[in-house]
Amino acid sequence: MTRVLIVGNGPSAHRLAETLTTRGFTGSVTILGEEPRGAYDRVALTTHLTEGRDLMYPEIPGVTTFVDTKVVSIEPAAKTVNGTIPYDVLVLATGSAPFVPPVPGRDLDGCHVYRTIDDLDAIRASAKTATAGVVVGGGLLGLEAADALRGLGLQTHIVEMSPWLMPRQVDEGGGAVLKRHVEALGLTVHTGSGVTRIEGDDRVTGLLTPDKGVIDAQVVVFSAGIRPRDELARGAGLQVGERGGIVVDDGMRTSDPSILAIGECALHNGQIYGLVAPCMTMAEVAADRIMGGSAAFTGADLSTKLKLLGVEVAQFGAMAGALDVTYLDPVAGVYKKLFVSDDASTLLGGICVGDAAPYATLRSFVGSELPAAPSDLLFSPVAVELPGDAPVCSCNNVTKNDVTAAIKEHNLTDVAGVKACTRAGTTCGSCVPLLKKILTESGVDTGTGLCEHFTHSRAELFTIVQVRGITTFTQLIDEHGTGRGCDICKPVVASILASLHNGHVLEGEQAALQDTNDHFLANLQKNGTYSIVPRIPGGEITPEKLIVIGEVARDFGLYTKITGGQRIDLFGARVEELPRIWQRLVDAGFESGHAYGKALRTVKSCVGSTWCRYGVQDSVTLAIDLELRYRGLRSPHKLKSAVSGCARECAEARSKDFGIIATEKGWNLYVGGNGGFTPRHADLLVQDVDTPTLIRTIDRFLMFYIRTADRLQRTSAWLENLEGGLDRLREIVMDDALGICADLDAQMAAHVATYADEWRATLDDPVKLRRFVSFVNAPGTPDPSITFTTERDQIKPEILQVTSR
Amino acid sequence: MTTMPLPQRVWEAVCPLSDLLPERGACALIGGEQVAVFRTHDGSLYAIGNRDPFSGAYILSRGIVGTRNGEPTVASPMHKQVFSLTSGVCLDDPGTVIPTFPIRVTMGMVEVSVK
Repeated sequence: MTRVLIVGNGPSAHRLAETLTTRGFTGSVTILGEEPRGAYDRVALTTHLTEGRDLMYPEIPGVTTFVDTKVVSIEPAAKTVNGTIPYDVLVLATGSAPFVPPVPGRDLDGCHVYRTIDDLDAIRASAKTATAGVVVGGGLLGLEAADALRGLGLQTHIVEMSPWLMPRQVDEGGGAVLKRHVEALGLTVHTGSGVTRIEGDDRVTGLLTPDKGVIDAQVVVFSAGIRPRDELARGAGLQVGERGGIVVDDGMRTSDPSILAIGECALHNGQIYGLVAPCMTMAEVAADRIMGGSAAFTGADLSTKLKLLGVEVAQFGAMAGALDVTYLDPVAGVYKKLFVSDDASTLLGGICVGDAAPYATLRSFVGSELPAAPSDLLFSPVAVELPGDAPVCSCNNVTKNDVTAAIKEHNLTDVAGVKACTRAGTTCGSCVPLLKKILTESGVDTGTGLCEHFTHSRAELFTIVQVRGITTFTQLIDEHGTGRGCDICKPVVASILASLHNGHVLEGEQAALQDTNDHFLANLQKNGTYSIVPRIPGGEITPEKLIVIGEVARDFGLYTKITGGQRIDLFGARVEELPRIWQRLVDAGFESGHAYGKALRTVKSCVGSTWCRYGVQDSVTLAIDLELRYRGLRSPHKLKSAVSGCARECAEARSKDFGIIATEKGWNLYVGGNGGFTPRHADLLVQDVDTPTLIRTIDRFLMFYIRTADRLQRTSAWLENLEGGLDRLREIVMDDALGICADLDAQMAAHVATYADEWRATLDDPVKLRRFVSFVNAPGTPDPSITFTTERDQIKPEILQVTSR
Repeated sequence: MTTMPLPQRVWEAVCPLSDLLPERGACALIGGEQVAVFRTHDGSLYAIGNRDPFSGAYILSRGIVGTRNGEPTVASPMHKQVFSLTSGVCLDDPGTVIPTFPIRVTMGMVEVSVK
């Protein structure tokens, strides 16, 4: 078994490990990272600082990662690192270090670099006691750092040695336009200026420039370029470049054939690559070589398009040419320039500042004949078809041909599908508009349509069903769709019909629309059995009811587990057992917990003022009232809620779709929270309201969400996409800005009045009960494929054999 | 040229046609074989293997029935791969194919042949 050891845990290392895993590498993959955390998306660092966004990459199954582990030596002869850790293939992905110019005072408190999450946290800490900051370096990263300082509320200066900003991406004319944009944001730009000294005793107080000017600042961020981290390679006797960088060949091999280097530490053909796209390509080439392939890295397109400080900047191809065509609009702050060959027929490169719309198309034409007159090309959108071999996604090296082939082969209908099949658009995302365009060119409608059967969005379908009074899927698809539906549109229509009419989800034709969970009113688990969650409103339960759950679980041999929503989940039931289990539960006073539905799940609560020494309101009673009010409410996605009896927030209400926290004066209502894949704290919608106002506001919030959300869009994403955001939502549900509140109130009142327990109704209906069999021709026979072993005194499903290719 | 007699199909009664809900599957156990049977909106009947090759679970009869470009389909309830009801080919991964079986109605009874 080949042991691959990766030193460094940045984006390149992560991509290498990921590529090896997805390509079925059979050896072991181990990553040693010096940072105290796993791999994260360094490209999006600024958003971590200003929005607190989580940048961590998902963990890669099967890969062993050691964080906080610094590698200090390589022993190529013994094939070990740090004297003990063995490898067969060693990959150096050590990245680069920010270059800090050797100026006096550069070690003072308040001086920082801009590369890691720790750097950013330190900058944030320094900014708390600062009013002004200076970024040394006006390149791409420098402007990003400046944006971060500005986001932290500092008066921000940029000091750049060159006569204009971003000298590697734009020319003097573009730099002038860029500078005006940056200054308009309140930043001060000092171009053509260096740093003589950082002033201060312990803490930075200012920065002295060569012209004896002093910039007052308490934070200094150095962003004056990067230096490849090649010290390990040097120590091991590997060949390095004169100005740094580990020398590699086209296969990413260093001078020792068992050692590869990728990313910002690698020197390929005399060039260090500091952009994410070439580093990703290197990782993929390395993965291919490790697996015996012959992929080669042959240099990379250094085209860039980015949005810095709200200004779009793009550069592609060469930055000079025999002829050039310039478009300048100083009022709008737009500068575009194309470089062409001396006969004006071939596009050599270009620069855009202020409007980079032509970039995506034009970049593909570098080196080929101009598709239109240069002056026309500078205006957008350019209506030209891309050539087939045009690079669409340079981060992942995907051409237009790759995308069109994938669309045909896999019947792709949306950008998400293209991303999954080709990886295009998954790194920097700047080519997503192009992917849409290619989908359209391939005859795919990329509108807001739900699927091939409906060109409408969920919200549009909701309106159609409501306004036209449609009650069946057949009527809806006959009049407004095509075909007979699929696993995407059918559950959506089922949910809309249930939200609007609140009938039994298994009544008549509706039964055929339901996902298996709704169809069997239970949750499908990996071996084909189902789990059962009786409703336990507010998490309050009597000893008698607890005993019933215990007895049912024991008698049917079910695995029991406490859920995160203060309920009990019973696993391992076969379909034919579900009615008998539920008969016992219903007889004991339980009802469906809708754990299987896109519906209200639970309203969790802390113990509240009844028992708790700190509670200021009765959170349990409110939680029970809310859970009983909204139980059975079908919605675009599941809904979770919680009530905390005081500001200590033991019920974790701010991670819920709607969460309530007690105050001395009443209740605070928070909306749009989420745990899950993308955690989000809920936003405060109303403050210190009484219970009737609280309930009315939640009624309207929920109904408005149900009307307007997309398919499977949780309240968190819905709120983030809502035009006007939280303020607009407040205007709609509190001030009735749309004049729909009476409607929303009536709809919720109808829901509350017509709610009936789905399981009790099912048990009362012999027709519905007949579906609960494993085999239609042998109703009493259990499914022989379902088998269990035992773990910790409970059942556990046997692992099933998977036979797809 | 030699001629061989056509092998005799063995038909197994599964359930009355009226028991099959349009666009909803049911599973039959025939000689140890699990067969998912479906009735589509236009009244056509289809029989495929009940086993989902992607999860190994016997659950395809519980998937959502629909169409893709006019072809009748069922989506696995586990991870939503879509299979053609006519050919058994997984339309999301054409290299994966599940068995299909002949199906007919005789005197109101749905019958399937597994051999």
